[in-house]
Amino acid sequence: MSVTPSRTQVLQIYRSLLKASKNFSNYNFRDYAYRKTRDSFHQHKNETRPDKITELVKKAEHELNVVKRQGYLNSLYAVDRLIVEDLEGKEATRVRGEN
Amino acid sequence: MTPLTSPSRLLTRHLGYNVTFRQRFLNPVTSLPKQTQRKFTSVTAPDQAAAVTTQTLVTPSPESLGFEETSVKKVRRPIYLDMQATTPVDPRVLDAMLPYLTQHYGNPHSRTHAYGWEAEKAVEQARTHVAELIGADPKEIVFTSGATESNNISVKGVARFYKSSKKHIITTQIARLIDLNAFAESIRPDTSLVSIMTVNNEIGVTQPVEEIGRICRSKKIFFHTDAAQAVGKIPVDVNKMNIDLMSISGHKIYGPKGIGALYVRRKPRVRLEALQSGGGQERGLRSGTVPTPLVVGLGEACRIAKEEMQYDSERVKKLSQRLIDGIMSKVQHIVRNGDPNASYPGCVNLSFAYIEGESLLMALKDIALSSGSACTSASLEPSYVLRALGAEDDMAHSSIRFGIGRFTTEREIDLVVDRVVRHVDKLREMSPLWEMVQEGIDLKSIQWSQH
Repeated sequence: MSVTPSRTQVLQIYRSLLKASKNFSNYNFRDYAYRKTRDSFHQHKNETRPDKITELVKKAEHELNVVKRQGYLNSLYAVDRLIVEDLEGKEATRVRGEN
Repeated sequence: MTPLTSPSRLLTRHLGYNVTFRQRFLNPVTSLPKQTQRKFTSVTAPDQAAAVTTQTLVTPSPESLGFEETSVKKVRRPIYLDMQATTPVDPRVLDAMLPYLTQHYGNPHSRTHAYGWEAEKAVEQARTHVAELIGADPKEIVFTSGATESNNISVKGVARFYKSSKKHIITTQIARLIDLNAFAESIRPDTSLVSIMTVNNEIGVTQPVEEIGRICRSKKIFFHTDAAQAVGKIPVDVNKMNIDLMSISGHKIYGPKGIGALYVRRKPRVRLEALQSGGGQERGLRSGTVPTPLVVGLGEACRIAKEEMQYDSERVKKLSQRLIDGIMSKVQHIVRNGDPNASYPGCVNLSFAYIEGESLLMALKDIALSSGSACTSASLEPSYVLRALGAEDDMAHSSIRFGIGRFTTEREIDLVVDRVVRHVDKLREMSPLWEMVQEGIDLKSIQWSQH
């Protein structure tokens, strides 16, 4: 029987996922990966069942590997930025605040 | 200071750097690092006699690569809002595909070695994912090249198999909601198949598939539906909806292009005549080697779609509302085409009165969009815009389709609203019709000269 991941471990993988999602060169993928990570972790923040936590962390670990690989791959085929990216940062706080 | 080597080395390095980053490459010489510029001057210093030979080599001329004197405008890609045409491949889908494009290249039909077995296992796994998304049995899924091929196999296959007894097929292209009474009346004793799109790709109208399926089942007619725009976006269940044949497309659900699937019911069994002959793969319905990487991609796309349908649809609905509210609150005389209660929110089709759709499309060059097609005009019938325009009703038919998807962001929607509002106002200022409307002239009262 595996040991239930601790709060520190969960937060560690959460931070790693958020960080890795920034590697996508494509604006839409980058935004999605960041948003999806945040939403998924927040959705399960009150989870207490040990087996469910273990399952979710296992899934998150898989996601982290995917995001790491695909973020890097995506950056290798980078193209021009999108028109909307010029506004990124300037409005980022406002948009995030709305969610 | 080594003027002989360092300027040229720096120059080379800088060029190399520039080639990677196009944006910098296009910048004028003034943007070069200070250090580089200083070293250029040191080459021409009188006490550096040896440098004279290299001076011509390293001095940038207006012709030399990367040293144009004129500033070039930064290249920016338009934002993509045409999700009904195609969707980007989800990175998770690509991640699932890549092993089968690199290491596991076996033919899934090879029975004699591990390469074949692992490919076959992956294909069957993908078949299960597709089946689970639509509530089917994996044995009822046939992989094809896309929804078009699935449609061809369904319609031509059924028609040819039953040609001796049943010669009638009912199909429709209309984007409006189907009138169920009129539909039931069109059924004949020799009708073999009914084929209707689940979600229309132009205005996003969702048809009453369940009711149509029930009518077909009661009259023992096969029911085919092209669900390319529906699968993975709205809940689809082949048993609940009494669907006998269904076309699925990979690239509309964040999967790869060139792959699709066909659902063929086994109980009661749908008999088909295959269109393509060959090795008899896919139960003889679609011969040809099954493309493992593409199939794996479609399977993964379906798995993700099933898992995230609620998350995605809530988000698409929110963005869709943000777009409609944003435009409607700032501009008048806009009509949303299609029934708002029976539409997929990810497809927003708007008509802008007193403006030519094509010119608006041209003005919105920052956004990748598509125009709604001619058949949308039918759904405009009761609109006040059309009535107001009277004889010139073709003006109102120019509509634009906004396709929202999994990767669309709030910021993109806000930019679209801003651009649409700005250009609609500008184009209307140029329109004589708009001027007349502003002056209170009833357009219906105008006698248009014949020519």
